[in-house]
Amino acid sequence: MFIRTQPLLPRLLMLTGSLSVIFAACFLAGLASGSSGFNLAETWNLLRHPTLGDQTAGTILFEIRLPRVTLAAVAGATLALGGLVFQALLRNPLAEPYILGISGGSAIGAILGMLAGFSTFPGVPLAAFGGSMLTLALILIPMTGRAPLGSDSLLLGGVMVNAFCGAVIMLLISLSRGSQVQHILFWLMGDLSRLTPDGLPVLTVVLPCFLVIFLLARPMNLLLLGQEAATSLGVNARGVTLALLLATSFMVSLVVCQCGLIGFVGLVVPHVLRLLVGPDHRLLVPASLLGGGAFLILCDLLARTIPSDGDLPVGIVTALIGAPLFLFLLWRSAR
Amino acid sequence: MNALSVSHLTCRYGKKTVLTDVSLTVTAGEFLVIIGPNGTGKTSLLKAMAGLITPGAGTVSMFDRPITGYSRRQLARILAIVPQQMPMDFPFTVEETVIMGRSPMMGLASFEGPVDLAAAREAMAFTEVSHLASQRVDQLSGGERQRAVIARAICQQPRIILLDEPTASLDPAHQIRIMDLMEKLRREHGVTVIMVSHDLNLAALYGDRLLLLGNNRVEMTGPPVEVLTYELLERVYGCVLLVDKSPLGGVPRVTPVPSRHIGARPAPLSAGKH
Repeated sequence: MFIRTQPLLPRLLMLTGSLSVIFAACFLAGLASGSSGFNLAETWNLLRHPTLGDQTAGTILFEIRLPRVTLAAVAGATLALGGLVFQALLRNPLAEPYILGISGGSAIGAILGMLAGFSTFPGVPLAAFGGSMLTLALILIPMTGRAPLGSDSLLLGGVMVNAFCGAVIMLLISLSRGSQVQHILFWLMGDLSRLTPDGLPVLTVVLPCFLVIFLLARPMNLLLLGQEAATSLGVNARGVTLALLLATSFMVSLVVCQCGLIGFVGLVVPHVLRLLVGPDHRLLVPASLLGGGAFLILCDLLARTIPSDGDLPVGIVTALIGAPLFLFLLWRSAR
Repeated sequence: MNALSVSHLTCRYGKKTVLTDVSLTVTAGEFLVIIGPNGTGKTSLLKAMAGLITPGAGTVSMFDRPITGYSRRQLARILAIVPQQMPMDFPFTVEETVIMGRSPMMGLASFEGPVDLAAAREAMAFTEVSHLASQRVDQLSGGERQRAVIARAICQQPRIILLDEPTASLDPAHQIRIMDLMEKLRREHGVTVIMVSHDLNLAALYGDRLLLLGNNRVEMTGPPVEVLTYELLERVYGCVLLVDKSPLGGVPRVTPVPSRHIGARPAPLSAGKH
């Protein structure tokens, strides 16, 4: 998978095969560990024969850990893929929904939805989607002028929008009632524990988005050459861009509603994968899904097991790993 | 047969008019060079020909059919464009870059087959970049990179190729190499070549016809001997130029004349003042 002169299809199969194994291992490890220790054999038996064995262990596994690990997997996959798409569309390897304020916009929408008493689904996610589209418009409208802005100024604009969103979130929190504050704050920092088994089917909404993005992987390669070059190679650049933006914003807002703001996954995972397999999105899209899922499961595992008492918001772990890595990549690209 | 014809084309960016009432026809198999001062709309004309910008007025036709009647994919199978710059933020290898030229023949999420690979290899051989196939494009020299991008355009197997200053910032050896490639492409495959260039001498040596743009309008179209006259060039470019005959086939040769040769010496630099 590292040899770039080989045909693409065998490379894709090898890559997805090996990443699937890693992903499955992480998923199993996520299920097997928790406050009651790490027990792989028991988890495996419970998974194979759910009705046999210890009832309490079964409840913990199916009611608490399975939704949590599944949410981590879906959120990681979505955020990594979201980062990948934004990096391609903005032709900037440092772009990411979190850094550009798209996640922040979703969060504002979601908080407003929660405060207004919208339903968990589809009310709050739709409010979040609205918020993300608004921030997207804020970032992109200055770009539609005659001279397209450089990607640096775009990133700068994104950072400003992100800061603004942060301020609005804080404003909303200070204005809201005491009982809600603790809840919203914890959710904002990235909380994977809120999903109940009944909520799991909601996550399948991201699957069509994954499919759309995978189908547009080859045009995405061409978009890396610029809108005009892509157009001259037969790509409907405007249509592809719009479809990608909508699919990405939608799935990211859904994830933000479920588990708050988790940064850096969308930055770190595509970056590392790009170093390994090169810039072809037909490889990077499936690789980001599997790699992002595995990465967030592992971060969540750390968040659950490092503190002796209770757990950390997973956003803290991804930021602790991601921020230094981000600085390192910036430093490397500046060299 | 007309490969491309442009009639009464007017283009604007916002309020600024970049092309005014431009008309021209290009015969199939012709080598046309578009020349003119900076900011006279050469690149805009090229983009309008490729359907990349929508004209304010006028039409562009390809093989006697308006380009608005073609889909993007159809257009990409007939016409390829070599842009001035290629972004390097996400470095593909030469082969990955070249095979993108097969894009108009491929479906969504599809993978390149043996036919596509063969076309890419042939294009790379044509522009002599086969030995660089697995190199990353951001690690190539300027000339090699330009040949890789041209290979991508050739991989599209177009009937018309548009190039925007393909020899800019290349040394003479690479300039000639690129121009020779275009001449070979036209001779061996009958491809129509339309090129924007600032190099009036290369234009004279290779172009069947030149199109001189000045002040966003067509100043003159014709064979090099008719277009490259000092009266016309001095008026359009606003500088003093010497035009004589090149020892190579008698085509015009243009030499810009330094100010010190025309009396008005530059003011001497006084010390301590910039």
